[in-house]
Amino acid sequence: MSENLVVIGNGIAGITTARHVRKRSNMQITVISAETEYFFSRTALMYVFMGHMRFSDTKPYADDFWQKNRIDLIYGKVEHIATESKTLHLLDGRTIPYDKLVIATGSKSNKFGWPGQELPGVQGLYSWQDLELMEDNTRGISRAVIVGGGLIGIEVAEMLLSRNIPVTFLVREEFYWDNILPKDEARMIGEHVRQHGVDLRLQTNLREILPDEKGRARAVVTDSDEEIACEFVALTPGVHPNIELARNSKIETGHGVLVNDFLETNIDGVYAVGDCAEIVVPGDARNRIEQLWYTGKMQGVALAKTICGERSKYERGIWYNSAKLMDIEYQTYGFVSNLPREGESSFYWEHSGARHSIRIVYDSETEKVLGFNFFGIRMRQDVCQNWIRDGKSLSFVIEHLRTANFDPEFFRRYEWEILTAYNDQYGDSLSLLGKVGLYDRLIGQK
Amino acid sequence: MDTHVLHKPQTGMRIAGLSIFFLGFLIFTSSLFVGQYQISKKTLTALSRQVPTERLVKLAPLQNRNYTSKVALLADIEKYINDDGQVQPYQLGEYKLAILKEANIGLLKENPGLFFLCSIVLAAIGALVFILAGLKMPAGIQHNHIFFNSAMSRGVLGISAAVYLIGFYVLLYWYPEYIVNLLILSDPVSDFIRNMPADRWFLYGTLYTFAVAVMGVRMFVKYRHNRYHLVRTGSVIFFQLGFAFLLPAIMERLNQPSMDLKNAWPLNYSFFMDWNLNSLTSSGGFGLFLLFWGIVLALIVVPAMTYFFGKRWYCSWVCGCGGLAETLGDPYRQLSNKSLSAWKIERWTIHSVLLFAVVMTVMQIANFLSDGNVFANYTWRVNQAYSFLIGSAFAGVVGTGFYPLMGNRVWCRFGCPLAAILGLVQKFKSRFVIVTNGGQCISCGNCSTYCEMGIDVRWYAQREQNIVRAACVGCGVCAAVCPRGVLRLENSDPAMRLNIVPDDECGL
Ligand SMILES: Cc1cc2nc3c(=O)[nH]c(=O)nc-3n(C[C@H](O)[C@H](O)[C@H](O)COP(=O)(O)OP(=O)(O)OC[C@H]3O[C@@H](n4cnc5c(N)ncnc54)[C@H](O)[C@@H]3O)c2cc1C
Ligand code: SF4
Ligand code: SF4
Repeated sequence: MSENLVVIGNGIAGITTARHVRKRSNMQITVISAETEYFFSRTALMYVFMGHMRFSDTKPYADDFWQKNRIDLIYGKVEHIATESKTLHLLDGRTIPYDKLVIATGSKSNKFGWPGQELPGVQGLYSWQDLELMEDNTRGISRAVIVGGGLIGIEVAEMLLSRNIPVTFLVREEFYWDNILPKDEARMIGEHVRQHGVDLRLQTNLREILPDEKGRARAVVTDSDEEIACEFVALTPGVHPNIELARNSKIETGHGVLVNDFLETNIDGVYAVGDCAEIVVPGDARNRIEQLWYTGKMQGVALAKTICGERSKYERGIWYNSAKLMDIEYQTYGFVSNLPREGESSFYWEHSGARHSIRIVYDSETEKVLGFNFFGIRMRQDVCQNWIRDGKSLSFVIEHLRTANFDPEFFRRYEWEILTAYNDQYGDSLSLLGKVGLYDRLIGQK
Repeated sequence: MDTHVLHKPQTGMRIAGLSIFFLGFLIFTSSLFVGQYQISKKTLTALSRQVPTERLVKLAPLQNRNYTSKVALLADIEKYINDDGQVQPYQLGEYKLAILKEANIGLLKENPGLFFLCSIVLAAIGALVFILAGLKMPAGIQHNHIFFNSAMSRGVLGISAAVYLIGFYVLLYWYPEYIVNLLILSDPVSDFIRNMPADRWFLYGTLYTFAVAVMGVRMFVKYRHNRYHLVRTGSVIFFQLGFAFLLPAIMERLNQPSMDLKNAWPLNYSFFMDWNLNSLTSSGGFGLFLLFWGIVLALIVVPAMTYFFGKRWYCSWVCGCGGLAETLGDPYRQLSNKSLSAWKIERWTIHSVLLFAVVMTVMQIANFLSDGNVFANYTWRVNQAYSFLIGSAFAGVVGTGFYPLMGNRVWCRFGCPLAAILGLVQKFKSRFVIVTNGGQCISCGNCSTYCEMGIDVRWYAQREQNIVRAACVGCGVCAAVCPRGVLRLENSDPAMRLNIVPDDECGL
């Protein structure tokens, strides 16, 4: 009998682990999930609500893929992990034995104990069930309030606007998402959100949610005592690891399931991967919880190697991420902190239309680049990461910006404006290097 | 502050546009039933050029009878003109069409221009009003509600549209006598441009050009934030209006052989037919130029351009079928089938059609060079069969009629022999590739959903692989709809292209 691997959670992290274990071994593989029968893309939830896609379009693999690749799927909820007997106990009474176990249970939406947060009409957005609930909760309503300004909040705003539901957006920070974005970018995005008709309330906290006589949400009260009537409240102040299951077992947990760099837990043969894993960082630095799609994928690949006998550290490489904030695309590479850090400076350029900007963070002393923020301009990931890895200087990057552009053909190019801004700010006289395409030469674009 | 109305397209303008469009559409459709039919002396004289006299005289008994509908007259024509059963069915159809067109009397016949304005032009205006209302929405991807919309998700409206389109194509190709009224209302335009009455291909060309232009404006509005689509849409409108519609009409007006200069063999499957080659070789310098161009286009321009730019230079920038698919067909692109089995079927059917076309062409050329001695009758019959099965049934009825059912590229994907050739060049020897930007893909599926060629783009993007697929027409929509900017169409160094064969059938 070949070894028996069981994965709890069919999200990107669990599925990537299973797929890569299958690539490398003949192990028996079972994936259990209580959410949907088949793996779907959580990142596409918004598009289903907006009518861009059907649920079936969000499934990255056809339904027969799993059988073809001998990955067994179980649709059910795991109630208990018994590490001594190496068995899982499901809500429906089934008992599933395992030789190796992967915990990939993902996240849950944060709720900060607001009065009224459990009322009907109040919810977060994480799972497929949340989406179905949101469908019911938003039918025929006249206003929605979103609390908490991160990436999910802005997606919920876009979703509601697509149904012509007026949105009030309560954000604790001074500018939208400015706990992550530097002020310039945060202001630009806030403006963009407003242009879409969102009633954005900055520096505003939720105090409580009021019920109507039927016990459904009817209004929110802000910390400035304002009452805003609404029938739907979306709570989107981030997520936290979903570790209930692990916490009630012998597996060690903190904020998430505690693992080392190899994604191994304290129990032999039990691993954790994806959103639910908390990677312990020795020393006094903070432990890492990475709640992203690509990190889940990379962790899954690394873990599959370990499970198949080639013990491998999870190494993320240079940080990057991307998102779309309404109509403005965002990419970031390396480290760009919201407030300037000691010993770092940054160059910032923003187009007059406030839909395109670029920030380059560099070491004040050596001028080596440390990070980038791009808004409204697509850039090549490999080029940007290489610049950081190779410690290229700010001026080198400015001169070579053209080589990193990833915008579609014929798009307006901003390198010249960026260069001019740089030369003005730094009293320099750099020029752009790299080839100009035929089309750009034809229309005289520099 | 409540500016959320921004997200509502200007409802008033939308409703007004839609109403005007439907009024035009209604007049267009009901014009089919306008008028009565009468064969007078004048009618017979007018027909003398289109129907041989010995047949025409047989119609004498019908003179001055009044017919309130086509059906009765058609029955009589058949009875009298073909009393000996000697007329070929194809000929008979042409006679019927000609007689009906001349015999029609009444409102439409007296005011064809007015009918043209109140039908096609009015519908176009209505559509434009509806489309321009979209300018009030923020620029950006506008796919909201597509899968809730009955017209765009195979609902009742979509199926009705398909039935209407299919019906139109069936009548156009095989029963044109039933849509003779539409020829009458296009007469003034044909007369103005070509100095001759409208035939059904002129009618079709006119509707086609209107559709590409009006729905092209829709693309301009929808993608006003994306220059790739603006340029590309400008290009397909230009080639449809200039190369497919006006230039051939001008050639006809000047009494020269006429040809759509961009319609390359084997999409143009009659190019090597003896009648075409004879006509080209016997019309002086211009005919010879057309012959020369047709050959250069197929043998040199097509492969060379495809090497440098990929299939897209033709399929989504120049081609007429592609032009219609990218404009009129854009609302239906999400309906293409993305399954592995569809991919398998596609490879079988498209290469079978190519084989069919090549065999037929060999026959045509042999037949021409041997002065009709080799394959003589067979060539004609094979060409007839191809024209019926592939040229009309597949390219027209299924190709366009099935837009609302199977997406806008059914013909291009499963049938077009030129696309098959372009695809082979693109796959094995071309600089064109869709580049995937590192690990940015979040597997959302927008790219695959909106790929009109049914390519599962996500499958490549999520494994960080560049995309090289024979089918890809380079429309660029996958790159446009990707919310993470993962995809870019490029003509790059062929070395950049990756091997695209899945490492195992299950695609782990
Ligand atoms: C709306 C939204 C948009 C997002 N957009 C982006 C984005 O653009 N980019 C990005 O990088 N990230 C994005 N994320 C985050 C990203 O989706 C997550 O980081 C990722 O899905 C986490 O994957 P995972 O496999 O770790 O967990 P999950 O995808 O959460 O999968 C865990 C699964 O385990 C199941 N499970 C849990 N407990 C049990 C149990 N006891 N028994 C059985 N099954 C159980 C759950 O039901 C769930 O199906 C987004 C998240 C949301 C909610
Ligand atoms: S892969 Fe992209 S560019 Fe090619 S046909 Fe599909 S959507 Fe168009
Ligand atoms: S649209 Fe972009 S992010 Fe979504 S699956 Fe396709 S490539 Fe990936």
